[in-house]
Amino acid sequence: MIEIEGITKRYDSTTVVDDVSMVIEPRTVCVIVGTSGSGKTTLLRMINRLVEPTAGVIKLDGADNRSLPGYELRRSIGYAIQGHGLFPHRTVAQNIATVPVLLGWDKARIKARVDELMTLYQLDPDAFGPRYPHELSGGQQQRVGVARALAAEPNVLLMDEPFGALDPIIRNKAQEDLLAIQKRFGTTIILVTHDMEEAVHMGDKIAVMDAGKLVQYAKPAEILANPASAFVGTLVGASERPFRLLSLGRVRDAVEDGSAEGEAISGDASQRDALAELLWSGRPALPVKGADGKPLGRVTVDGLVKRAARPA
Amino acid sequence: MQIRFDKLGVVIAAIVAYAAFAAPFATFRANRIVPGQARSILEALPTATGTLLLAIIVAAALVALFRTPLVLRLVASVVVLAALALLIGAAGTFLTPAGNTLARVSPASGFWILIFAFTLLLADVLTRLNLSPLARVGVLVVAALAIGLLLISGSWDNLSILKEYANRADSFWAEGSKHVTLALGSLAAAVIVGLPLGILCHRVERLHAGVLNVLNIIQTIPSIALFGLLIAPLGWVATHVPGAAALGIRGIGTAPAFVALFLYSLLPVVANTVVGLAGVPRAANDAARGMGMTDRQRLFGVEFPLAFPVILTGIRIVLVQNIGLATIAALIGGGGFGVFVFQGVGQTAMDLVLLGAVPTVALAFAAAIVLDAVIEMTATKRRVETA
Ligand SMILES: Nc1ncnc2c1ncn2[C@@H]1O[C@H](COP(=O)(O)OP(=O)(O)O)[C@@H](O)[C@H]1O
Ligand SMILES: [Mg+2]
Repeated sequence: MIEIEGITKRYDSTTVVDDVSMVIEPRTVCVIVGTSGSGKTTLLRMINRLVEPTAGVIKLDGADNRSLPGYELRRSIGYAIQGHGLFPHRTVAQNIATVPVLLGWDKARIKARVDELMTLYQLDPDAFGPRYPHELSGGQQQRVGVARALAAEPNVLLMDEPFGALDPIIRNKAQEDLLAIQKRFGTTIILVTHDMEEAVHMGDKIAVMDAGKLVQYAKPAEILANPASAFVGTLVGASERPFRLLSLGRVRDAVEDGSAEGEAISGDASQRDALAELLWSGRPALPVKGADGKPLGRVTVDGLVKRAARPA
Repeated sequence: MQIRFDKLGVVIAAIVAYAAFAAPFATFRANRIVPGQARSILEALPTATGTLLLAIIVAAALVALFRTPLVLRLVASVVVLAALALLIGAAGTFLTPAGNTLARVSPASGFWILIFAFTLLLADVLTRLNLSPLARVGVLVVAALAIGLLLISGSWDNLSILKEYANRADSFWAEGSKHVTLALGSLAAAVIVGLPLGILCHRVERLHAGVLNVLNIIQTIPSIALFGLLIAPLGWVATHVPGAAALGIRGIGTAPAFVALFLYSLLPVVANTVVGLAGVPRAANDAARGMGMTDRQRLFGVEFPLAFPVILTGIRIVLVQNIGLATIAALIGGGGFGVFVFQGVGQTAMDLVLLGAVPTVALAFAAAIVLDAVIEMTATKRRVETA
């Protein structure tokens, strides 16, 4: 659990982060979203003390994060920086091994962990391990950056716009991979983005920042339904709201009895994808199949449209 | 088949034509200080040998002139350079009257220009062959060995510069080792002081401009003036600090030369350290801190390796500069190859000047090639790319 209590950061007279308090539950994904310059990065970097706060306290599992020297604290917290920040003079394997080496793990354990992470990220350890970062594609570099942040099995992972530089297709894949890994290891992730779409997709909770202040901290559905201010409303985007709301739900949760013609859609797909498919193909209903391929029922345009309406 | 000219080859051929037919190949003097008489290739060598040399030169110039395969150009330049090296020795023997120990034969402008032209051709070929750094050092070693063999074989013994050497063999090596000690010692001192100073300048913003400005000013002081400026303080140290005089610290001699070279070396070392560290990608530094490296670990594990090629470039500048500058140490009794240069100037004996100048140039040249190779190897191994 991460407790942020009255955190403020001032540079000279400008207040960059202004009295922010929030609690991040363990094993959840918290997305900090806001326009550029709203203080997201600064807030994130105060958690691992790359930036020292002017006032306030941050507690990790109850302990003040100032009870350890900064460098020791940072070794226990995963950090994936904006871009990827790989060391250009170190190979992929050496990059991933950075924190384990700092922690003094023995060689065999480091090698095993590096191989495990590379395999997890679909990078063949023998082929990619000895390469240098500039020999990788943007998507591969990004994956290595996250693998490096995860190397020492941290409970907490801080990510600063980790997918910003990726093209949409690779970006989607990277988001899915991250969610899968988060579920598998139960990592608490705090992710910074300026993209509301990403925030809604990734976050268990979303923290909206504006000019250094935390203006709303709630579940995605709540933010979409009841934006706390006009600013949050703009960020959510009035014309996007219904679709974002649909993107939160799975098709399996919108299944109705009955059957329909045509290719079946997976129950795991988002309701938004289902609606798009219905509108595009001009049909009133689609059959739904489960993960095992068995038919579950159908989704209808009418049913989805009701779900896209503002919650009462 | 269409005949096409090589751009550089045209220039080389023109230079060669002038040097081979219009410029003197060797100079003959009755003794070491009288003005010399010019001798062309045909006059300086037995007729058959001279004709052969001319034929080789003309053939090689034609190879250079047209677009020819690289291997052919390589062979042509190496053959001519070897022939020139061997035959200038032969000219010495041929032109020196038997039993005359006073007469002096030295290479003249034509010879030097030919060497220049075909070295240019060779350098062009080697560049186009895109040799690896190690291969370039290999070429250097082969060339050094070949010159060493020629020297040992005695085939150059009748050239004036070696006659000057023969008279001073002992002091040549003594001054040579002093020269190298001065150049390398001041470099080492500059690295030991300059690296930490550069790191400090990088870390402490306020020091940055001040330190670099002072070093810049030092760099602009003419060397003679700097020696003059050092005489008083070093003299004071020698008389007032116990034990300083015993260490050889005096107002003149090796100490001020060493200090001057050291001061001149500081700017390139400090400046390149600062530039190199400033060029370390922000993201790499940020990641290093974010991963939990201490300042020391970040300095040695990230900043330093990434700045290393740039720092090495500074060291290369200093080494080549110091090998040249160490010559003037002789002015204040600091020793080195400069001793021969200034003695030679004093006696108007060009040969003696060359005895000091040629090894200096050769050393600087070799140092440049070796360090360039090292820089390239470290740069490719630790490629710096931010993308
Ligand atoms: N070290 C610093 N010194 C002064 N101002 C800073 C510093 N770091 C950030 N800022 C300012 O703080 C504000 C918020 O920055 P940041 O946290 O990076 O925003 P975001 O990540 O939301 O784009 C910006 O206006 C930025 O200029
Ligand atoms: Mg930011």
